[in-house]
Amino acid sequence: MKKILKASGKIAQPVADEVTRRTFGSEMRGRIRLLTSAATLLTFFTLTLLAASAQAKLNVVATTPDFAAIAQAIGGDKVDVATLAKPTEDPHFIDAKPSFIVKLNHADALIEGGAELELGWLPPLLDGARNPKLDAGRPGHIACAEGISLLEIPIALDRSKGDLHAAGNPHYTTDPANVKTVAEHIAHSFCQLDPKSCADFKANLKKFEDRLEVKMAEWKKILAPYKGKPVVTYHNYWIYFGREFDFPMILFLEPKPGIPPTPAHLAEVITKMKSDNLTVIIVQPHQNRKTAETVANRTGAVIVDFPSFPSGKGPGSYIDWIDSLVKALAKGFEQKK
Amino acid sequence: MTLQAQETNEVGQLKKQMQQMQENFEKVSRAQQQQIEALTKKLDEFTKSQAAEKKPAQPVSEKTPEQQKLEQELAAELAQSSGTNAAIPNSKLTTQNSQLSSPWSPSQPITVARAGSAYMNISFDALMDAGWSSAADPSAQLQLGDHDPQRRGFSLRNAEIALDGAVDPYFKGFANIVFKLANHNETGVELEETYLQSTSLPANLQLKAGQFFAAFGRNNPQHPHAWAFVDAPIISTRAFGPDGLRNVGAQLSWLAPTPFYTELFLGITDGQGGTAHSFRNVGEDDGTGTNRFAGRATTDRHLRGPQDLLFTPRIASSFEITDTQTLIGGLSGALGANDTGPRNRTEIYGADIYWKWKPADAKSGFPFVSWQTEAIYRRFGAGADALAPTPLSSENLKDWGMYSQVLWGFKPRWVTGIRGDYASGNSDIFDSQDPFRGERYRISPVLTFFPSEFSKLRLQYNYDRGQHFGTEHSVWLQMEFLLGSHGAHKF
Repeated sequence: MKKILKASGKIAQPVADEVTRRTFGSEMRGRIRLLTSAATLLTFFTLTLLAASAQAKLNVVATTPDFAAIAQAIGGDKVDVATLAKPTEDPHFIDAKPSFIVKLNHADALIEGGAELELGWLPPLLDGARNPKLDAGRPGHIACAEGISLLEIPIALDRSKGDLHAAGNPHYTTDPANVKTVAEHIAHSFCQLDPKSCADFKANLKKFEDRLEVKMAEWKKILAPYKGKPVVTYHNYWIYFGREFDFPMILFLEPKPGIPPTPAHLAEVITKMKSDNLTVIIVQPHQNRKTAETVANRTGAVIVDFPSFPSGKGPGSYIDWIDSLVKALAKGFEQKK
Repeated sequence: MTLQAQETNEVGQLKKQMQQMQENFEKVSRAQQQQIEALTKKLDEFTKSQAAEKKPAQPVSEKTPEQQKLEQELAAELAQSSGTNAAIPNSKLTTQNSQLSSPWSPSQPITVARAGSAYMNISFDALMDAGWSSAADPSAQLQLGDHDPQRRGFSLRNAEIALDGAVDPYFKGFANIVFKLANHNETGVELEETYLQSTSLPANLQLKAGQFFAAFGRNNPQHPHAWAFVDAPIISTRAFGPDGLRNVGAQLSWLAPTPFYTELFLGITDGQGGTAHSFRNVGEDDGTGTNRFAGRATTDRHLRGPQDLLFTPRIASSFEITDTQTLIGGLSGALGANDTGPRNRTEIYGADIYWKWKPADAKSGFPFVSWQTEAIYRRFGAGADALAPTPLSSENLKDWGMYSQVLWGFKPRWVTGIRGDYASGNSDIFDSQDPFRGERYRISPVLTFFPSEFSKLRLQYNYDRGQHFGTEHSVWLQMEFLLGSHGAHKF
């Protein structure tokens, strides 16, 4: 590292320095040595890169684990999928780590939500990545919100209502019906990026959709006894899930999106939960479970822990995730019967 | 004669035609206006009726004693559990936003000016300060940064308009225009940054051109509102002056194809003026019409060649130590001519390191611990000035210093931290009035509360000891608000 800096330092002042001129001979020899070693390094890197590209797998980066899981289901063994956000992390607050720049620099495709969920951290990463394959509009930039009808698009942007998402609620993969569209979008883009494997992608898509359809019927059957019961959540995260499976989500522990719960607000929530007989509170790993416990203790409600994202990377992990949500919710209602 | 008559005739006809057209136009426009008004009215009624439908049940305005008791109990309970804040003013329960009371409506009404549909991010950010210092004029020796709180009482030293967006498929554009109130409350304006950045150069290259903060260390390229303290580190102000190192020119950067993040930067700028403090900067008028820097009379010369430009190379690398710990370090240089003589040069070198820990289940980015340290060394080759009030020979003015800061985001929205500053230099002969030289250290504990991502309240205490001024104490309170959409910050 130091060597390289010195080298660029010298390049930086090549002129008019008397000292430089006096020691020109030895400087020159030093420079040649540096140049040779730089050239060796470059060759080495180029070779490594060539070797990497020879494997011909699509190098896919997904911003959050839900998109990674879907990409894996569609891509199968023709893709390598890396994820930026960890499954337990709050997807609104991911650090724009420099290592992500490297991942994006190497990527053939980026899969993002595209509904401003990643607005606080993805743009500087893409700026740094200098990867034209990921330019907006290219097949390598897959913004999954395209084709999804987003809910809760604010009529007017007003931050006194909390940290609203201007494009609408971005947590749309919690509804498997939306994910069908996402999977089709990803398969379509993968086909453009790697036409040779298109048949595989299409077959995987068919398999994924068929499985989703079977599971969907199963999930609806499991949840049928509790349909229509309102559910309390910490942040307004599960609205698409609630719409699909018919669980109105109209009460939140946060007084406004992104604003931590206040005693006054919680008191109101507790009163409403008691009067409307609401018995289930959904909490995610990155949220404060203690707050939910406080409310649960006073209302006799059950806390249901919902992982925000699929935890695995396998092709079945998206379906496994929804499966775990459905079962956890059913179990929660069952306890309060 | 006939010709003239014909012409008059034609003119008359044309006039008539025009009049007719005008009348027609007015008629159509009136009709359309009426139509628009009718539609607007209809739309208004429609939205009103919709709003009425959507309006949630009126929250109970009078609280029952039981409810008040419940609130108090909750406050006590929440105060015990970390991660919530009981001291937040009450907010009445309205269901989160009015749309939510009818949650299933699949399509939404017209949307206005969303970030994604505008051509650029536009934001306004203001930093306001209030405070007291044991020094009557803190700006003389203590608060040397141009955007630091600089006087007892109230001040406003940084209100910036930031614009950024894609210019076309090839460039992004950025601009930062800063307004500040001077000590007699007149408004100062500076074009802090204005540059374009390439988006489609091959070979992992990126070009910046315009006026921009030099990529030197961590503190210099950050705007004051992104700092963790109300003021600039001492050594930064000594090496780069009150404004930080920013100049007009270009910078090429290259993302190296290493498995870990490594980026190389080379900036070539004009290196002139107060924003290139240690370089071609004529300094200040000594009252006799002579500009002086470091006591020497300076020459404001034109660029003679590349040797007068300012070169700023940098290398930065980053590693993921573990899943939850990230490290980034860098080495920077700034090399160029200065104005104290025809062959006089300045070299500044810096090393910086930043480490951050954040657990995988952090709540809104909390808790976290970060550590940032920067060390800077400057050699200022000062020219001789035999005609100065005290004749000065040529000498190397050497300054060095560092700061180290630890921040702890101990619960959501709250960050506390401490910074230690140290700066010194060789001092055979120098002006004891020069606040930018001599030995000095400072300890600054800080506490920041972020009501949201768009506002903050910061309280900082400075314990200051300097060769020139002894011991001074200062307390600063800073408030920030941000309007609009502001481009995300780098790590």
